[in-house]
Amino acid sequence: MNASGSNVPGDAGSRPSVSRRTPKETQEQVARSLKRRYWAERRFRMYGLAAVLIGIVFVLFLFATIIAKGASTFRQSYVKLDVFYDPAIIDPAGTRKPEDIANADYQAIIRAALRERFPNVEGRRDTRELTRLVSSGASFDLRSRVKNNEDLIGQRETQWVLASDDVDMLMKGRISRETADDGGPLSAQQIGWIDSLAEADALELRFNRTFFTHGDSREPEQAGVGGAVMGSLFTLALTLLLSFPIGVSAAIYLEEFARKNRWTDLIEVNINNLAAVPSIVFGLLGLAVFIGFFGLPRSAPLVGALVLTLLTLPTIIIASRAALKGVPPSIREAALGMGASKIQMVTHHVLPLAMPGMLTGTIIGMARALGETAPLLMIGMVAFIVDVPRGFTDPATVLPVQVFLWADSPERAFVERTSGAIIVLLAFLVVMNATAVVLRNRFERRW
Amino acid sequence: MTPAALLVVLVGLSLLAYTLGKSRALAAVGGSRGIRNLHSLPSYYGALTALWCALPALVVFGIWLAFQDAIITRLVTSHMPADVQALSPQELSLVINDVHNVVQGNVSFENARPEVRAAAEEYIELRRISRLALTGLVIAIGIVGLVVVRSRISPQFRARNAVEKAVEWGLIGCSLIAVLTTVGIIASVAFEAARFFGQVPWYEFLFGLNWSPQTAIRADQVGSSGSFGAVPLFWGTALISGIAMIVAVPIGLFSAIYLAEYAHRKFRAWTKPFLEVLAGIPTVVYGFFAALTIGPALRGWGEAFGLEVATESALAAGLVMGIMIVPFVSSLADDMITAVPQSLRDGAYALGATKSETIRQVVIRAALPGIVGGVLLAVSRAIGETMIVVMAAGLAANLTANPFEAVTTVTVQIVTLLVGDQEFDSPKTLAAFALGLVLFLVTLGLNILALHIVKKYREQYE
Amino acid sequence: MSSTTVEQKRDTATSPDAGLNLKPSGRRATAGSDAESLTLKGDMQTVGTVTVENPLFQCKDVNVYYGEKHAIKRVSIDIGRGEVLAMIGPSGCGKSTFLRCLNRMNDTIPGARVTGSIVLDGQDIHDKRQDVVQLRARVGMVFQKPNPFPKSIYENVAYGPRIHGLAADRIELDEIVHTSLRRAGLWEEVKDRLNQPGTSLSGGQQQRLCIARTIAVNPEVILMDEPCSALDPIATAKIEDLIDELRATYAIVIVTHSMQQAARVSQRTAYFHLGDLIEVGETDRIFTNPRHKLTEDYITGRFG
Repeated sequence: MNASGSNVPGDAGSRPSVSRRTPKETQEQVARSLKRRYWAERRFRMYGLAAVLIGIVFVLFLFATIIAKGASTFRQSYVKLDVFYDPAIIDPAGTRKPEDIANADYQAIIRAALRERFPNVEGRRDTRELTRLVSSGASFDLRSRVKNNEDLIGQRETQWVLASDDVDMLMKGRISRETADDGGPLSAQQIGWIDSLAEADALELRFNRTFFTHGDSREPEQAGVGGAVMGSLFTLALTLLLSFPIGVSAAIYLEEFARKNRWTDLIEVNINNLAAVPSIVFGLLGLAVFIGFFGLPRSAPLVGALVLTLLTLPTIIIASRAALKGVPPSIREAALGMGASKIQMVTHHVLPLAMPGMLTGTIIGMARALGETAPLLMIGMVAFIVDVPRGFTDPATVLPVQVFLWADSPERAFVERTSGAIIVLLAFLVVMNATAVVLRNRFERRW
Repeated sequence: MTPAALLVVLVGLSLLAYTLGKSRALAAVGGSRGIRNLHSLPSYYGALTALWCALPALVVFGIWLAFQDAIITRLVTSHMPADVQALSPQELSLVINDVHNVVQGNVSFENARPEVRAAAEEYIELRRISRLALTGLVIAIGIVGLVVVRSRISPQFRARNAVEKAVEWGLIGCSLIAVLTTVGIIASVAFEAARFFGQVPWYEFLFGLNWSPQTAIRADQVGSSGSFGAVPLFWGTALISGIAMIVAVPIGLFSAIYLAEYAHRKFRAWTKPFLEVLAGIPTVVYGFFAALTIGPALRGWGEAFGLEVATESALAAGLVMGIMIVPFVSSLADDMITAVPQSLRDGAYALGATKSETIRQVVIRAALPGIVGGVLLAVSRAIGETMIVVMAAGLAANLTANPFEAVTTVTVQIVTLLVGDQEFDSPKTLAAFALGLVLFLVTLGLNILALHIVKKYREQYE
Repeated sequence: MSSTTVEQKRDTATSPDAGLNLKPSGRRATAGSDAESLTLKGDMQTVGTVTVENPLFQCKDVNVYYGEKHAIKRVSIDIGRGEVLAMIGPSGCGKSTFLRCLNRMNDTIPGARVTGSIVLDGQDIHDKRQDVVQLRARVGMVFQKPNPFPKSIYENVAYGPRIHGLAADRIELDEIVHTSLRRAGLWEEVKDRLNQPGTSLSGGQQQRLCIARTIAVNPEVILMDEPCSALDPIATAKIEDLIDELRATYAIVIVTHSMQQAARVSQRTAYFHLGDLIEVGETDRIFTNPRHKLTEDYITGRFG
């Protein structure tokens, strides 16, 4: 021991033994440590705030990017043409036979209208370039107009027809005005025609109804989410119809009726695990069992709904069980005390009180199911579906799969459309989640 | 009669049974005044009659339909010419596919080969007979049920108990669906995987370093070219998930700490839902964003620094996946941190600790098991993630530690192998199931471990 | 060592106004005066020896509000050096709340508001220049339910010195831990298992561990909030002996439910009732000869 009383060799009288320090000395040491510690405190707090801000910034950045790229989808370029329904092209025999009307060359009518507008265009190559300003789908639109109203034959009318995707992209400023010589998709001549049409107010951006009414298409300007939205609606409706009753029933049984033994523990572990299984595995299950073993048709909303039901069932069961657990035992005892049977007690008293929580959980489960892509890819909803589905067994696709398919396409117009489809998808999800939150806040009671 | 129409008829029959049963019960006690003499409310008698009418019929209906197509197909196949029956299993299934297509009307009769046409005609005829028989049987069973039960109705008959027992069995059945799902997953995936391992040895799959299934199309190459070695896939999954966790764990943990311990109530009330939005965005949107924006941006920055960064780099996919997982980690960590009892914090404050000292050394230490469990769950989520990697990561198997290169993962390969027109039995499609089996087992293991840890942790504080 | 000056009182046990004292004198008695110490607060006045000579803590007109609830009503009391002050009273009367004022633990409760002045050794503890971290190093606290950290025994005791930077190296830290455990009477029992978790000890040992870690930062006052209520009688006896030993070094304020415990360990006792400080005085006298009717009712078991 040194003169100062410390046990440390070589520590000759620098400070008194630690345990003999007076409180005053300790307080001085504490005071000395404060500055460093408050700096550490500030830094730590900064990290936390930074982490939260990173999350927020990312959300904003994601939304901003998608909206910037996709907002323009909701308007589309149309060309105003003076169309003459030339009977010589449509109905040369004059017999108004449906096959003749259906098989006529409506593209020629469009060509004629364009030539009227630009009479100086000569030669096959230039004429073809001119015709390429208008979408190939425009001729089908004209055909259906004539089919629905044969009196149009021989008439003139002004029609807004869909412009091609390159014209549209130029109007929206997404492709440069470089001419074909410099590598751009449009030639100088075409750009000149476009400008003159725009100046004459014969080419403008109007609300894009096609986007909502049409199904998929190889041509970007004709591609729409109508098919995908209907497919999603069918699939989700069926999923809801299946998963809500089954999920609620299972939750009621497990929570109210089942004895607490090893089997119910096993079932609970099972359900918790199912909730965390990757969704693609459910797709494999659907492929092997529903399509392989039962032979159900691929790409149908029915199979998609079955797979999604199995996927959302654990979520609904867990949420419903929590809602049931939240109902106080006093209510159950009161009902039983009056002579109600167990099932009557559950259906008349417990279920209505637990319903808001169950509904909230179901809506959240449905929102998750709406965004699922991988399992539906497995069961074949990848097909190129042009027609809007009308039934549960018609081949269909769903909105997220449509996004996935379009994301692969190289045309710039598809980038815009993919973003537009994402906006539609996110809009649905926001509505669903907001409904769930409103439901939770207004109806859920805290005991 | 088509199955759908038959179902409608059955429903109508049940409704009739309900009315008949209810009226019988009322008649037995002389009208609605005598209800108190009935054991149960009249509607229960009606329900019981309806149940006995519909349920046995439905059971028969279901079983019949489940096996109808398989049996008819087998019958039709056995009547086909000898040379067709002698074909290899793959080619035979192709022929059967053709027959099915003709039957469903996807392919017109004229375009079919003669033996296919004959088989299709036989199929349609057999199906007609089967449906006729089914209709008769089902309706008969329904009526028998109705009549028998109705005749047994009497005031003392305990209809309500019987109905409630049936309801209870129904509830049990619904619960079993959840169990059956797991069994179904394991069975179907394992079954197909087993067929795969019959063609490619399991050690080659688990330990092989060469993954190129595309070259194994020719029949003579199956299993011999060593192209089903899945190690690069496991590695790719690990690499991208690793990057994702490096991003997600610090951000998620720190944001949970800030929101749980430091933030004002209003701030927390506004930012928590905001971060939960991150969790609600479908992964396909993340994938699109990664492929469109992040991937090219990283490549651009890489070039500015003189690095070679692929557009589909592991870094791009991992980064976006990490952000997707952040709300997951954050919300789990938040739960764990708020579960730590206030008394521990008080003990630290009373000693003169600052807030960060308390959090770092006491709260986090106490919440650690729970947080570890949460991180494991997040890892399991990252491993099983599909869409982000399908859209933003590469397709070629690549065994590299460089995050700037493109790698592929297990989930990407499952998708590429199965999307498209494959026959069901080729080793390529079966390989997808083998991969699925590995994926399922690994995530199952992680989940069980994580949920176990979290449960133990929660018990400690309750 | 005690510098408490006890005011000698006339024996008024049998006098007619042994009950509620309504003399509104309002004068603060200083040490050495013969007058009764009275504090004016509406109807209720604290009876007894509120002030002491050379006090460590001086509290004047302390009020505590939890939101709308007025939990502590104008309490004034002094706490002397080297004494054990017991605070007794029925449940929910604010003893713990008042205790938590002394080391500003009420700051951690959202919605809690403290008014009045609390002066520690000449410094107002609510002063802006007073650092709460320093304050809590000077005024330690032991809680009702033992709350050792989820760390080893050694680390539990070492936590305080570590964060405050009291030990320059491992050797000094060892010494602090050793001394603190010894002073808490725990050393012999745990010296061979310092690395085991603090939660592996019995309830009584855990509480002594909590006392040890409080001692490790060398405080001047130790606040104890019903430290024995979760312990069995043998552990309780050990802790009470410990309190007696600690009295030599630290001032101790102990909240207790048990009057017998207060009688055993303290020199002064304060009786709280529904947020008011009713009576303060020498422990022996309060239990044999309470001056206020409410005190008498509590002690004789009428309520509480």
